[in-house]
Order: sequence, then structure tokens, then C-alpha cells
Amino acid sequence: MGRPIKLLAQHVWKVFGSGPRGQAVVAVEDLSLHIHANEFVSLIGPSGCGKSTFLRMVAGLERLTRGEIQVDGRRITGPGADRGMVFQSYTLFPWLTVRENVRFALKKQDLSRQAQEEAVSHFLHQVGLQGFEDAYPAQLSGGMRQRVAIARALVYRPQLLLMDEPFGALDAQTRLLMQELLLRIWEEDRTTVLFVTHDVEEAILLSDRIYVMTARPGRLKAEVAVELPRPRSLLETESSPRFVELRRHLLALIREERIGPNPVGGA
Amino acid sequence: MTSSTVENGEATVPLDADRPRALLEIRGAIPARYYWGAGLGFIGLFLLGWVLLTELGLVSPIFLPPPAAVLQELVRQVQEGILWQDVSASVYRITVGWLISTAVALPIGILMGNFRLFEGLFEPFIDLVRYMPAVAFIPLTILWAGVGDTQKFIILFIGTFFQEVLMIMDNVKTVRYELIQVSYTFGLNRREVLFHVVLPAAMPGIWDTFRITLGWAWTYLVVAELVAANVGLGYRIMRAQRFLETETIILGILVIGVLGLMTDYSFKLTYRWLFPWVVRESQGE
Repeated sequence: MGRPIKLLAQHVWKVFGSGPRGQAVVAVEDLSLHIHANEFVSLIGPSGCGKSTFLRMVAGLERLTRGEIQVDGRRITGPGADRGMVFQSYTLFPWLTVRENVRFALKKQDLSRQAQEEAVSHFLHQVGLQGFEDAYPAQLSGGMRQRVAIARALVYRPQLLLMDEPFGALDAQTRLLMQELLLRIWEEDRTTVLFVTHDVEEAILLSDRIYVMTARPGRLKAEVAVELPRPRSLLETESSPRFVELRRHLLALIREERIGPNPVGGA
Repeated sequence: MTSSTVENGEATVPLDADRPRALLEIRGAIPARYYWGAGLGFIGLFLLGWVLLTELGLVSPIFLPPPAAVLQELVRQVQEGILWQDVSASVYRITVGWLISTAVALPIGILMGNFRLFEGLFEPFIDLVRYMPAVAFIPLTILWAGVGDTQKFIILFIGTFFQEVLMIMDNVKTVRYELIQVSYTFGLNRREVLFHVVLPAAMPGIWDTFRITLGWAWTYLVVAELVAANVGLGYRIMRAQRFLETETIILGILVIGVLGLMTDYSFKLTYRWLFPWVVRESQGE
């Protein structure tokens, strides 16, 4: 692929509790990966495999024990507005309305008030929340709150969007709707995305490429190119032979990780 | 009980509102008029018991005067201006004393809640002082500051500050860490996260802390005034004890209760006005 590399992680390690007394736990071991510009890449693996830890290191919210992460060729040293993040838990500011929450993300952007309002309206429209601009987060359902969170992470146009199981807390019906919504938004503006999930079908539906991690300590196990045509839709894509084949392949990879001395539930 | 055996939504199913409701459903909602009626009824019952006990002569008026005597005393104190004098002296002391305590507790509590260094710096000392009873400081404070307002401020500070600062620290700590983290991803620096995220998020809790600590301050004020003062609600109670003016004592206690209720309620009202976005599950409607 001739596209430039947006995210480059080289030999990244994360060791927790390596102090003088604590027992060291290796969460991420020698992880190297890359994401091209405008690529949607998922990182999947069993619960507790360190995929979220890795994502938080990319966001600059967690320090690396060893290794290096670069965005656009620059080594990251902390959090910044070049990387947006959507968390699994609800992270809206409860004292701000929907509109104010999204506008909050523009605080450090040099935009006129009018340009701000236009950007906010645009992204709220994209996630289908027009008419709810003045509602407070407590008045919204879980799915709607995550839609606001997505609009808020997109509105300042980060170079890289990091999503940490953003639909993990939602019920099954809502999750499907949110996957379709994200698919549609992404196929419109193709922001570079690193998406962490333990849902294999979600990863295939959304991604261009998928990295599979091993159970703890988290190492890279496999890299899979999805190669499904876009634009995709939930119904058509999930019934295509390629989807079924990928699903079987990925589930087998993950199952290998589960059947060990300490099988992990979930997914 | 009210369980319905009909599962499909056919027309024969009675309207939910028509079904008899159990008043003692565990955590069940009840109509507002029952809720308030029960509370007012209980107070009414209490007053009735007081009237019966005194008017039937079951208790000597030296131990418990009838409500009418207390009412008479209220009228006398209002006419002679004593009540206003005492209330304004006590309210002035509690306001200044509590404000001093809060003005110090707020910044220190916020620092302790956000920065482990400040928590480590202050918490051992505060924990130590916290268990020293404020009332035991009264003799010492009289020695230091006499029996005037300053001594009352010191007692109020000792009684309020050390609890308040720890409560504010906890209010700050309950702000979810994800809110702080997501703010960093917007490019905010630490100072901006502190002022634009942590403080607004902690404010409702801090407001509740204000309300609760002001309630405690009333107790410390009255204790301080009981021991040494020449004006104030506590002083009036102490003086009445000397002359066996039981109705004055009871009036004083009632006035303090009403003032406490009024401050509590005004904090609750401003809470709703300041933080309309807070959804409280127990807000009965």
C-alpha cells in the first residue's frame, strides 16, 4: 500500500507493578504494529489481554515501559488533540448539555464561535442527534450517550481516532445500530481508526485489517486483512462467504488463547 | 397484593391506576399527599401528646411547660427584642465562623483530592486533630480569646474545619477518572482540567458538604454559647436554666431547630437551582 503510515508502534512493552516490592505483571509484550492513513484497524483478543492498555498508551494516558509509539512520525510523549478517544464507560460531562459537551472538545481549537457551532451541528447531525442538543446526558439512553461521545471525539478532527470497546456496555440491539452508524460515518470521512474490541463480528464488519492478540502477556498473534468490499452493510456483509470464513478463522485463533491453564470467559 | 395475573394486553385488563396500591411496597412509590400527610401528622401527634401531658397536669410545668406557655414566652421575647438580639448574634457568629472554616477547607480539600502530595502532607495531621473533641478546646479558647465572638469563631473552626476538609477531598475524589482522561485527549492542560472539569463535576457534592457542615456548626456554636457568652441563643438557654425558666429553654431549642431547618432547606433549594442536571433517584414525584 502506498499510503503513509499514521501510527507506528515499535517493540512496545508495558509492565505493571515493577517496583521494589510489587509483583511485576507483563500486560503488553513486545508489540509492534502500524496503521496507514485512512485505515480502520481493529485490535482483538481475549479479556485482559492488554489491548485496552495498549490503546491507552497510544492515547498518551499510560506510559510505555519500553518501546516507542509514533503518530505521523513524531514520538508521542503524552495525550494530545491529535488523537481522539471514545471510552467504553460514559464520559460525557453531566453538567453540560449535548451541544455543550461536543463544543467542549473545541476549547483548544482556534475557531470562531460560528465555526464552532457549525462543526457541532454537523457532527450531531451525523450521529442522528438533532433535536437533542439541549438535553443533559442523564436524560439520554446509553446508545445516545455514546453517539454524543463519538461526535465529540470527531468534532476536533483528530488525526487518529482511538475507540476502546465503545459499544461494550450497550445492549445487543443498540450495539448493532451503533455499528451501522459508525460504518456509515467512517465511510464518509475515513478518519484513521484504531478500534479495540473482543467482538469478532464487530471487528470484521468495521475493519480493513485486524490484529489478534494473545492472552496475557499480550503479544501479537496474527494479522488478518479483511478484504471485504465497501460500502458495507450489516446484513449483506455478515452473510457473505468471506465474512463467514474470517469469522471462523478469527474465532479459532481466539479459542486457542482461551484453552489454557486459566480460560477466560466473556466475548 | 397487587400482582396481575393477566399477561396479554387485552381490554379486560384493569387500568394500572385503578388497582389498589400497597403502601408498604418495598421501595415502592406512594402518592405525595400520603408522604407529606404522614410527616405532618406525626408532628401533630407529637404536639397533641405534649398538650395532653401538660394540660392534664401529668407533668409539673417546671419540668415541661405547656405549649401555650412557650408561645407566650415567644411573644414576650419578640416584643422586648430579646429574640432578635439573640438570633442575630448567633447567626452572625455561625456565618463568620463557618465561612472562615470553609474558606480554608475548600482550597486545601481540593488540593488534597487532586494531588497525592498534598494528601500525604495534610492527612496525618488532620486525622490526629479530627479525633480531638472540639468541645474540650473551650477552656483553652477562652484563655486565648476571652468570651467574645473570636472565641466562638475558633470553636466553630475547630469543630468544622477538620471534618469539612476531608469531606471536600472525598467530593473531589469521586469525580470519575475517565472524565479527566477524556479531557486530556482534547488537549487541555492540567490547570484547565482542574478548573473546567474536576471542579464543576465535584461542585454538587461540595455543596452538600457545605449543607452538612453548617448543620454541625450549629451544635458547636450552641455549646460554646452555653459555656461562656453574654448574648446569643445558647446564652439565653443557659441563663434560663439558672432561674428554672423551662419555657425559655424549650423556646431556645425550638428556635435553633427552626433556624437549622431553614438553612438546610435553603441549601437544598439552591442545590436544585445550581445543579439542575443532577438526577437524584430519591426525588419523589
